[in-house]
Amino acid sequence: MKLKDISINNLRRRKSKVLFLILGLTIGMTTVVTLISITRMMNEDISNKLDEFGANILVIPRSKDLSLSYGGLNIGGVSIDTQTLEDSDIPKIRQIEVRENINTVSPKLLGVVEIEGKKILLTGVLFQEEVRLKKWWKVHGAIPKSRDEVLLGNEVAVKLFKNTGDHLAINGKTVRISGILDETGSQDDFLIFSDLGFVQEALKKPGALSLIEVSAFCISCPIEEIVSQISKALPHAKVTAIKQTLQTKMEALDHFKKFSVGISIIVLLIGGLIVFTNMMASVNERKREIGIFRAIGFRKSHIIRIIFLEAIIVGFIGGMAGYLLGLGVSQLLGPILTGTRGGNISIDPFLAVGVIFLSVTMGILSSIYPAIHASKMDPTTALRSL
Amino acid sequence: MSLIEIKKLSKTYESGEERVPALVDVDLNIDRGDFISVMGPSGSGKSTLLTILGGLNHPTEGEVVVDEIPIYQLPMEKLADFRREYLGFIFQSFQLIPYLNVIENVMLPLSITEKSNREQLIMAGEILERMGLKGKGKRLPDQLSGGEQERLAIARALVNSPPILLADEPTGNLDSKTGKEIMELFKSLNEEGQTIVMVTHNPENVAYSSRTIQLRDGKLVKTT
Repeated sequence: MKLKDISINNLRRRKSKVLFLILGLTIGMTTVVTLISITRMMNEDISNKLDEFGANILVIPRSKDLSLSYGGLNIGGVSIDTQTLEDSDIPKIRQIEVRENINTVSPKLLGVVEIEGKKILLTGVLFQEEVRLKKWWKVHGAIPKSRDEVLLGNEVAVKLFKNTGDHLAINGKTVRISGILDETGSQDDFLIFSDLGFVQEALKKPGALSLIEVSAFCISCPIEEIVSQISKALPHAKVTAIKQTLQTKMEALDHFKKFSVGISIIVLLIGGLIVFTNMMASVNERKREIGIFRAIGFRKSHIIRIIFLEAIIVGFIGGMAGYLLGLGVSQLLGPILTGTRGGNISIDPFLAVGVIFLSVTMGILSSIYPAIHASKMDPTTALRSL
Repeated sequence: MSLIEIKKLSKTYESGEERVPALVDVDLNIDRGDFISVMGPSGSGKSTLLTILGGLNHPTEGEVVVDEIPIYQLPMEKLADFRREYLGFIFQSFQLIPYLNVIENVMLPLSITEKSNREQLIMAGEILERMGLKGKGKRLPDQLSGGEQERLAIARALVNSPPILLADEPTGNLDSKTGKEIMELFKSLNEEGQTIVMVTHNPENVAYSSRTIQLRDGKLVKTT
């Protein structure tokens, strides 16, 4: 018989007490696994949703001069010697190596037109792509469905005293206002949006583009790689990541991660406290037995090893149970919290090993004081009969 | 040279401001093969003497030398090693480990030695057979009778073949018939050369020993 047999036999024959001990660790580990798994799901979900929310890459024609722009829009007539983008550039973006990371490609042609004596910026877009890019748009009326319909920014509608259903003349062509945007607080409030083909005709710039806004998924691929590949595909263009969008996204994810870590630490501390109090109670209950061990020649180190071995076994079982329970709980809660469909349960060996290691460590740390306390017990006091 | 030499041994317990002398100036020599009974009324210092002999209770004054080793000059952990190598302890109320079965209780002192599991099983099996507990190895202590539990406690104390057996009221929880059987066992062990120091209230047990010492108020008053 070795010391480990004393530990194992004690745990085997005191099942109800051991179960309570394991429960504390299991609850802690279940919470940690659930939070980590749900955080991962939410990270992915939030990241993808943020990636879909607006552009994070801007493609504009390469120019020798600094262009005057707002939100990446080059106001015509300021820069000279500017290269142009064309319709044929759009499929090149969709054919880069990491094309699965490209979500939306929204080309635009901008030009100044005069309507009822007022100079207004006309923007030609592919409405299907533009609406996917700008999920925050709220439209009174409808998105244009044909080339003779336009969408007005809020400020433009006010400036021109126009409502949905009214008509406008753009460079000699009459168009119907199918909808007016709710105020966005961006440059969109000052634009008239029309079909790209119609604007290319109206401005006499067939196939030309002013810029292309791209939204890419960057959770699995760094944004710099996507920018680099688009740059290679379009050497005549300047391709940049929109840092502000990225930074906002990263900050949101960062806050969420910190929150999860904070909750996990609190729960772990509570779990550790449960183990500590249970171990202390267990050691106090075993005073007599520890007195016997000491009386027959066990050293303090032997007593400490017995207690630690029990903590390791309990920690291992608590970790395993916590990991499996945590997986189950996160599969139940995850879809509810993220609004996504739950996937198949996948075993992450690194997380499993990490959780078991954490549980065993917690068991040992929580047992340090009880073990030292046990080893210092005076055998005669402990045995009482002597 | 005696196996055990006790020189001017005193032990005083302090309780708040009160000082209670449990042993006062005890001198005693115990030779190899002696069977000593320690008698006296309650509070006479019998158990204190046994615990000091057992390396479990530091004396206030005096010296205990076992096999030429002044045991209370040993560091704490060496004193634990001394207990393991030299002493077999039979406690009052058996003090068996309830979650270990019979054979595991017997092997307990061996679990901290270098002996292999196989050697431990052989040693435990031999002593259990000697104690009449063969075939009961898988039982838990609470599945044994009082006499069997006492035999188990003796088996555990002897499994390591310690030079000295210390017994605290070995028949205190047994009926007279079983108590006699245990004392016969002690006698036969002593006839084989085992040194035994036994604390007892029972005057009938004294007859089995070779020498009796009487304590009163912590002092050694008589040796017969």
